[in-house]
Amino acid sequence: MMAILRMLGILAALSILFVLPSRAQDSLPPAPFAYTQLSDPEQEAKAQALMETLRCLKCQSQSIADSDAPMAGDMRHQVRTRIAAGEDPEAIRAWLVDRYGDYVSYAPVVSETTWPLFVIPLLIVLLAGIVLWRRMRARG
Amino acid sequence: MIAELGLAALWLAAALAALQLVAGILAQRDSGASLAMLARPAAIMQGLLAAFAFLMLLVVFAQTDLSVKLVAMNSHSEKPLIFKLAGAFGNHEGSMLLWITIMALSGALIAALERRLPEKTMLATMAAQAFVGLGFYAFLLFSSNPFERLPQPAPEGMGLNPLLQDIGLVFHPPTLYVGYVGLSVAFSFAVGALLTRQVTPDFARAMRPWVLGAWIFLTLGITAGSYWAYYELGWGGWWFWDPVENASLMPWLAATALLHSASVLAARDALRAWTIMLGVIAFSMSMVGTFLVRSGILTSVHAFAVDPERGTFILVLLTIYIGGALLLFGLRAGTVSEGERFSVASREAALVFNNVMLSAILGVVLLGTLYPLVTEAFNVRVSVGPPYFNPVGALFVFPMILVMMVGPLLRWRRDTISRLAKPLALVAAAMAVGLLLIAVLSPVGILPLLGLVLSLGLAIASLMPLRGRKLRLLPIATWGMIMAHFGIAVALFGMASESAFSQEKLAAVKVGESASVGPWTVVLADVVPTAGPNWTALEGRLLVSYKGGTAKEIDPQSRNFWAPPQETTESALVTRWNGQLYAVVGREAGPGRWQLRLWWKPFVPFIWYGGVLVALGGVLALIGRVAADLKRRNVKSRSALRRTEKAA
Repeated sequence: MMAILRMLGILAALSILFVLPSRAQDSLPPAPFAYTQLSDPEQEAKAQALMETLRCLKCQSQSIADSDAPMAGDMRHQVRTRIAAGEDPEAIRAWLVDRYGDYVSYAPVVSETTWPLFVIPLLIVLLAGIVLWRRMRARG
Repeated sequence: MIAELGLAALWLAAALAALQLVAGILAQRDSGASLAMLARPAAIMQGLLAAFAFLMLLVVFAQTDLSVKLVAMNSHSEKPLIFKLAGAFGNHEGSMLLWITIMALSGALIAALERRLPEKTMLATMAAQAFVGLGFYAFLLFSSNPFERLPQPAPEGMGLNPLLQDIGLVFHPPTLYVGYVGLSVAFSFAVGALLTRQVTPDFARAMRPWVLGAWIFLTLGITAGSYWAYYELGWGGWWFWDPVENASLMPWLAATALLHSASVLAARDALRAWTIMLGVIAFSMSMVGTFLVRSGILTSVHAFAVDPERGTFILVLLTIYIGGALLLFGLRAGTVSEGERFSVASREAALVFNNVMLSAILGVVLLGTLYPLVTEAFNVRVSVGPPYFNPVGALFVFPMILVMMVGPLLRWRRDTISRLAKPLALVAAAMAVGLLLIAVLSPVGILPLLGLVLSLGLAIASLMPLRGRKLRLLPIATWGMIMAHFGIAVALFGMASESAFSQEKLAAVKVGESASVGPWTVVLADVVPTAGPNWTALEGRLLVSYKGGTAKEIDPQSRNFWAPPQETTESALVTRWNGQLYAVVGREAGPGRWQLRLWWKPFVPFIWYGGVLVALGGVLALIGRVAADLKRRNVKSRSALRRTEKAA
């Protein structure tokens, strides 16, 4: 009985050790690949291109490629390790979008929520064309 | 006492604006003609009083008078004096006072200087300026009083956001504001001309210098803001398509279109309705920008107000002014005839094409900026960023640049492309060679590639108007146009080069070790602690050498501010003619190792050189126009003198 209690006590003490660091998360050293480039330049270029199109969720209009926020660092680490493991950039984006929603991706994809972004410029092109054509014809 | 003086001056200025509005309206009828003489002095006094109020705000900030709420909230006794002063407009209330001061001063300037337009149109213009001003006085006095006192003086101020404690804050907001608010003059001119049905070349000539002036400041403000973000944020980016940046880009796009269409109206009496429309839109974009930044709808260092009451207030003002002006335009546009005709191959046609392209770009930027706000209202969060703006914007920018090459070479009214076959073939050949060279030497993405090639073509084509002209006889305004167009080519080259050729290196190095990026070798010589008036920092001593040449020392810092507590990075730059080395020292990465972030950005400073060239081109154009106007006025007064002499 005593032995079990002592075990529990040790477990509790250990668990405090595990809980404490998570409280002080921001003061943890950054994840290894937050500030370290991949050694293969081709992979690093791929990772960089992807990081520039992912939003830092804690910043104002910055990609994770240009942010000092700890969360952006963690996301860079994710992107780099996954690229190094041979994952496809779009698969990584899909994984992140799955976790954080469309908000995390700057790269425009046509979807239910974003179609006006693409249709309206097309309309502007069309409208501009009509305006110019009519003006030119009337003036010719 | 000083704060109360400022507040009293503000109330007086608002009262004078009301007087100016009433006088301007009543004087439109013959029965009110005696009131007409009040409008100009009221406008001038109003400008002086607003400037006095702003001066009083500077004084309370310089003295760090902690019984004034705004000072206690935003200043700190230990701040250097220059940032105490700049801090006066580094907050919501102060920046709105700056806005109204510039608006009142530009109203005073047109009242004092502008004598070309029919007096009734001028009175309507001044009434419009006063009407817009009154809304902003109301906003300031009722919901954002900068002179509010605290019941108990605070023991110490809360300080200013460290990111803003930079020499950039001293120049960036006033410059941009002169640009934003200067456009209110174009707005008032457009409304005045619509009200009195006087949309004439004279109206365009009267409006043009004011638009040019505002546009020069906007260009400089955007250029400086971009460079500020580049070196201050510490990640080497120079444009983020942040809504706040877009808010400054949109009035610039509209003002650029307005400048060109006003030129057509002044020279050829064409595009009357279009010019009026752009005059309304340009200042509307300034106000939309203010709404975006000031309403707290965006959360960034720029959004000082997180107060929905203020947002609603500005939204109501926006609706009244923009809606009212567009309504007036709708009612009166039918009575404004289209003006002179021109053929497809003519300078007018090229200018119309580019006006439509600029408006389309404006449409895309506005859409991309507002769209996330609209979807957020329906609880859907989307991000619109560079991967959207760059290609969609390029869709309109690239054709516009092609037409920019041809336009200045065309004659007014009617011309043929075949007359220009030779110079255009030369430009096309240069672009083809450029395309091949880049494609063979170092393959780059499609957008940067097109950007590089088009910038080369535009650089050559923009100098073409000099061909076969006597340079000494070329009007100053034409030099201005050439310089501005060349500046666009230079800036485009910098942007394309930065995106095509930048190299990045992240390294964790010990003191004495080195890292390399592009042609540069960087040695971390030492890391030393240092301190400023309100911060402490770790300073990296870096010895950098270009292609093994002599080493030069640069000292990037990682700063910790204590009021309010925040960490910032101070980058260090080495500028060569062919690019910039950008170095940042970050945190300690493991025992004895320091995080270095290094970039080699070939030709990146060309972005800002280009911006400055564009602004200088504007200055030349302004000098040329004003000189021509003065000459015309002299000739007129001399001939009038001769006539009276003859009569006598």
